[in-house]
Amino acid sequence: MDSNLVWFILINPLIAAVLVHACLRKLPGTCAAVSVLSSVLGLVAGIGVWFSFSQAIGHNPDHKFADEVPWLDFGTALRVPIGVVVDHLSAVMVLVVTGVGALIHIYSLIYMGTDSGKARFFGNLSLFMFSMLGIVLANNFAMMFIFWELVGLSSYLLIGHWFTRNTAADAANKAFITNRIGDFGFMLGILMVWAWAGSLVFADIEQAIPELNKNAGFLTGAVLLIFCGAVGKSAQLPLHVWLPDAMEGPTPVSALIHAATMVAAGVYMLARVFFLVALSPPAQGVIAWIGMLTALLAALMATQQDDIKRILAYSTLSQLGYMISAIGLAAPGAAMFHLFTHAFFKALLFLGAGAIIHHLHHEQDIWRMGGLKGSMKWTFRAFTAGYLAIIGFPFLSGFWSKDAILLAAWHGNKLLFLLALFTAFLTAYYMTRLWVVTFFGRPRSEAAEHGHDGPLMMTGPLVVLAVLSIISAWGTKPLFEHMIEGATWPAHSIVVPILATLAFAAGLVGGWILYIGKERDSILIPAFKNKFYFDELYAALIAGTQELLASLSSYIDKWVIDGVFVRGLSGAAWACGFVLRFFQFGNLQGYSFLFGAGVVALILYLLVT
Amino acid sequence: MNITLNHYLAVSGLLFTIGFAGVLLRRNIIIIFMCLELMLNAANLSLVAFSRYNVGADGLPNYNAQVLVFFIITVAAAEVAVGLAIIVALFRARATTHVEDIATLKF
Repeated sequence: MDSNLVWFILINPLIAAVLVHACLRKLPGTCAAVSVLSSVLGLVAGIGVWFSFSQAIGHNPDHKFADEVPWLDFGTALRVPIGVVVDHLSAVMVLVVTGVGALIHIYSLIYMGTDSGKARFFGNLSLFMFSMLGIVLANNFAMMFIFWELVGLSSYLLIGHWFTRNTAADAANKAFITNRIGDFGFMLGILMVWAWAGSLVFADIEQAIPELNKNAGFLTGAVLLIFCGAVGKSAQLPLHVWLPDAMEGPTPVSALIHAATMVAAGVYMLARVFFLVALSPPAQGVIAWIGMLTALLAALMATQQDDIKRILAYSTLSQLGYMISAIGLAAPGAAMFHLFTHAFFKALLFLGAGAIIHHLHHEQDIWRMGGLKGSMKWTFRAFTAGYLAIIGFPFLSGFWSKDAILLAAWHGNKLLFLLALFTAFLTAYYMTRLWVVTFFGRPRSEAAEHGHDGPLMMTGPLVVLAVLSIISAWGTKPLFEHMIEGATWPAHSIVVPILATLAFAAGLVGGWILYIGKERDSILIPAFKNKFYFDELYAALIAGTQELLASLSSYIDKWVIDGVFVRGLSGAAWACGFVLRFFQFGNLQGYSFLFGAGVVALILYLLVT
Repeated sequence: MNITLNHYLAVSGLLFTIGFAGVLLRRNIIIIFMCLELMLNAANLSLVAFSRYNVGADGLPNYNAQVLVFFIITVAAAEVAVGLAIIVALFRARATTHVEDIATLKF
């Protein structure tokens, strides 16, 4: 394989980002063109890498392409190269990132066409692509962590694109800070692995597995800390709160964050280091449960949201929960399979939602939409494909990948399987609610009466993604079955797809019956609508901690600094003066008596000693 | 009777005690002043006595003490000049020479 091609994939968006930010800020049109061109070139290069890679594995199934440039080299203690590795995992991921990324770039040309920050937007979009491709191609933890942080930075910039809106600025801060919490754990985990294995390069760490295995507790701690990073980036409980708020960013950014970059990074990273995860069954249990609880709670929250993008955000949370859980259930291949299909249908759903929002003049409330089935024909058709894929309509892409995860749960833990099944039912239910309320019934606002399809540049990516959403799982399964060494594909069982189809059908029918022809939501469950009060809980927690610290420091200031040092010293001087001034009694003979007594005492003292 | 150093020292101590008692007990500031002079002269007496009885190897008394006495007499004279001037000024201001009346410098 041509190593230049691989390096080109990595460097190409960086060049675009630097060009845009350094030279072309005054020319928004050129900026957009440069950025879109680089994304298309990236896709072409990605396809090229894919073909040469699949040729190579035709000859040798264990083929791995790796190339590196030395960067930090401290002999045997620490070696941090800038290296790329292309194997099954990263080859597929590169294809997903560049493919979905390119479609979103093209779509953004229209969506952000008249935005005043267009140049900045496209520059940051390219930076985002660069960061994500860096994570995907990294061959060591240090490089991955650097790009990991770059993803955090670029998501911060993009979520806060409309930074003059307070909500957007707050959402950007929230995303960044929440991610920092997870990243701190990730960094500690990396350091622990380095301390034990003596290297940060994945291939070297793999060699050190026998060494790592000697201390199970230490290893479990390290894996859980590394998992913290994924909890932050992939928005799992309890750090999921940033993702729904990240909807404040422009819709193409939401699509990018949810489909191909950012949240996928956590799952990808866990798949990349699955050889570590596999060593620690307790950590696997934690990962599986956190993932499934996220899936369930997010699905419950999604059932009561009214903002079209927020519903999709919670559905992303829920699907990510599935993937993380699959990693915990020792089925990283299934997780990557779902990531792969999810990237297409979630990008499609977001871009579809974006098209609706764009043509309804930034109306996001589904209860003010309705009846768009007729007026936005192509958007409706494409969106329907994505909708059917995500709810697991038989034989569409989502069905197969979800089936793989359900199988893993079926073989792993029956309780987790029940939760997963229930979540699948909820997914069908809330997505049907979204679909029915948005597209059916009568238009419930003036803007909704005049909806129309976007131009080709907007509808085109939708249609491409719709086709991919339908077919992306057909024939691609073998790709994922042997994607990760040492992990087995869950054995087939006929019960699981039948149960999954039943859950899907129940959700679909339930959603349809409950919401067809409705003017407003007839079901109100405050706990779901308010996201289980997580935000309020965190606000109270942070406010409480702050209050406690503030009162503590005020106490120290008042009693230690002021009381002891400032007032204490002056008070001591004053008290000494107060006592001493009683000796100034004003009697001349008294003074001379004291003086004489002093002399006598001194003489006595001298005589005695 | 043979007069020894101790006799001189006894007289000196007696004079000093009388002087000090006068300083402590008398109310009139001029009397106190005179008692102070008495104490100084008691010290002079003992110094001269020590000089007279502290004969060195060359047969001469130790004159250091006698020189010190001259210094004390000189200082006492100066002190009397200053002290009496203060007392006169004080009398003009307060029209009294009694120490209990002069007690403003106190808490």
